[in-house]
Amino acid sequence: MSLTQHLSAQLPAHLPALQVVLPLLSAPLAVLLRHGGFAFAIVTAAAWAAFATAIGLWLQVGQLEPGGVISYHIGSWAPPWGIEYRVDRLASFVLLLVSGTAAVVLPWSRASIAREIPPERHYLFYAMFGLCLTGLLGITITGDAFNIFVFLEISSLSTYVLIALGQDRRALAAAYRYLIMGSIGATFIVIGIGFLYLMTGTLNLADMAVRLRAMESSRPVLAALAFLTVGISLKLALFPLHQWLPNAYTYAPSAVTAFLAATATKVSVYVLIRFYFSVFGESLVFHELPLPQIMLWLSLFAMFAASFIAIFQDNLKRLFAYSSVGQIGYITLGLSFDSVHGLTASIIHLFNHGITKGAIFLLIGGIVAVSAVRGAPSMSTTVTFARIAGLGKRMPLTCFGIVIAGLSLIGVPGTAGFISKWYLIVAALEAEQYWLVGAILLSSLLAVAYVWRFVEAAYFRPPPAGHESRNEASLALLIPAWVLVAATLWFGLDTSFTVGSALEAAQQLVRSGQ
Amino acid sequence: MIEHFSYIVTVFLMITGLFIVMARGNLIKKLIGLSVFQTSVYLLYVAPGKLVGGTAPILAPQYSVYSNPLPHVLILTAIVVGVATLALGLALAVRIREAYGTIEEDEITELDNKVEVLEEQTGPRP
Repeated sequence: MSLTQHLSAQLPAHLPALQVVLPLLSAPLAVLLRHGGFAFAIVTAAAWAAFATAIGLWLQVGQLEPGGVISYHIGSWAPPWGIEYRVDRLASFVLLLVSGTAAVVLPWSRASIAREIPPERHYLFYAMFGLCLTGLLGITITGDAFNIFVFLEISSLSTYVLIALGQDRRALAAAYRYLIMGSIGATFIVIGIGFLYLMTGTLNLADMAVRLRAMESSRPVLAALAFLTVGISLKLALFPLHQWLPNAYTYAPSAVTAFLAATATKVSVYVLIRFYFSVFGESLVFHELPLPQIMLWLSLFAMFAASFIAIFQDNLKRLFAYSSVGQIGYITLGLSFDSVHGLTASIIHLFNHGITKGAIFLLIGGIVAVSAVRGAPSMSTTVTFARIAGLGKRMPLTCFGIVIAGLSLIGVPGTAGFISKWYLIVAALEAEQYWLVGAILLSSLLAVAYVWRFVEAAYFRPPPAGHESRNEASLALLIPAWVLVAATLWFGLDTSFTVGSALEAAQQLVRSGQ
Repeated sequence: MIEHFSYIVTVFLMITGLFIVMARGNLIKKLIGLSVFQTSVYLLYVAPGKLVGGTAPILAPQYSVYSNPLPHVLILTAIVVGVATLALGLALAVRIREAYGTIEEDEITELDNKVEVLEEQTGPRP
């Protein structure tokens, strides 16, 4: 058998390992080459390869019978002793979101960071991006509790560096603050995993779940649940643990903001779902502790308070950062229902909000890139409402894209945001919480207010004198951003992919949680 | 009381560390608190793995009690993560000191607020 035949026969079986190894290898290569262009090429190629791998895994999961799991044994050590990578419907769905976003953001980043990061640091930017991608993919694919912590720290540490690469000095303060809060969160997660390990004697999540079902619920297990909930909630920026997020998103380089907003908090939500349903199980999480009520009220606070704060922001990036905190409220609200439809709504919104926010931050990055050429360098990354007056004439495609993505944030029919809110309302009706339907609609009105502020500034205010001429972002910036805008529209009309996989994943989770 | 000694120490260190992180405004002191907090977790893992009179898990006829080596291995990884976090935090503190001229949190916030007021006043810029 020739080498190529051997490889093509072996490759499909090793996709789970490749998913993590390819981006992991790209990072040190980027550092060794010390050249912005090469580093860009390598990390982008790795991201595309990771995306292709994720599609391959998606197809493999599809061939299994419903509820099937791909189990990959690292180094052929059988679980629960060895480390296991597990790909089920949910993991595969999140892998697609993370690697797909990276595959879109990386080609976009070249034109953007040329104006935001000094050229001698470009290779470091790409190395950190590769590591961050590795960490996020690793968290998603691993079936080992301690592995989750290690990958979490890989992605977090690289994220702190990526944020600190921002031009403004406030990026440094934001990165420091995120480092402190992120490390506290990660340490809480390790404490939780430690308690679980002490009680069950295993680190494999599937094995842990079996052993937890067999034992009486005890105080250390509940303590583990509490520590994990608080730690993960810090990472996913659940209100009021979101303090690190607004400044980090505002002052990070635009490419970093877009990637993080679309993926980092979403992967944390995935970890929470994984622990709640695949490890602890429904009865422990939803019946022993008042967790659903706490989750419900914190989600409502996020939906209203964060969206309300967003309305009064003068900085466009910070406005949409607060909007992210509000939108995360919808995702956790779906979790609190403890039903298949609630979980489906969470998973759909995790995806839909990811692509919507990714699109918005890419388009805002386009505005930064265009104005950075002319604007004063010290403040060029701050996009205030005063600066976007009359922008609808100068950058029509960019502004139109933000408006469409904004409609998706509101939840207008025909956009992806509508689908997630629809399922959220279905779940609320199913739980006979009719007042929640009103709350969901009311909080959408707040989104109308902040999106309208953008529309008003961009389309109804006159542009400053001497700046009426058209000055659209380059195609290298527009095409990737519009790919995501088109995706928000596509998944608003054709829901077979998002709803189909979310529903299947939710059914699988609820069944394993019982 | 005495058999829970290691847990008491662990919880004491945990709370001390967390308190320092929250109560201190100096960026270096915050990192010291964070390190104490993380170190307490090492103890949480390692202490229960040790059995009194237990040896390293090498099968031999004269020994029947073994200590669990896995927590040690896990904590080696966690120590590496802790060192990396501390190094990155200190590096950021150095950069913040270069950019702001201070490492006191309230002074940094004050400087940031001044810039924000300035940004709002400048209005539409050419």
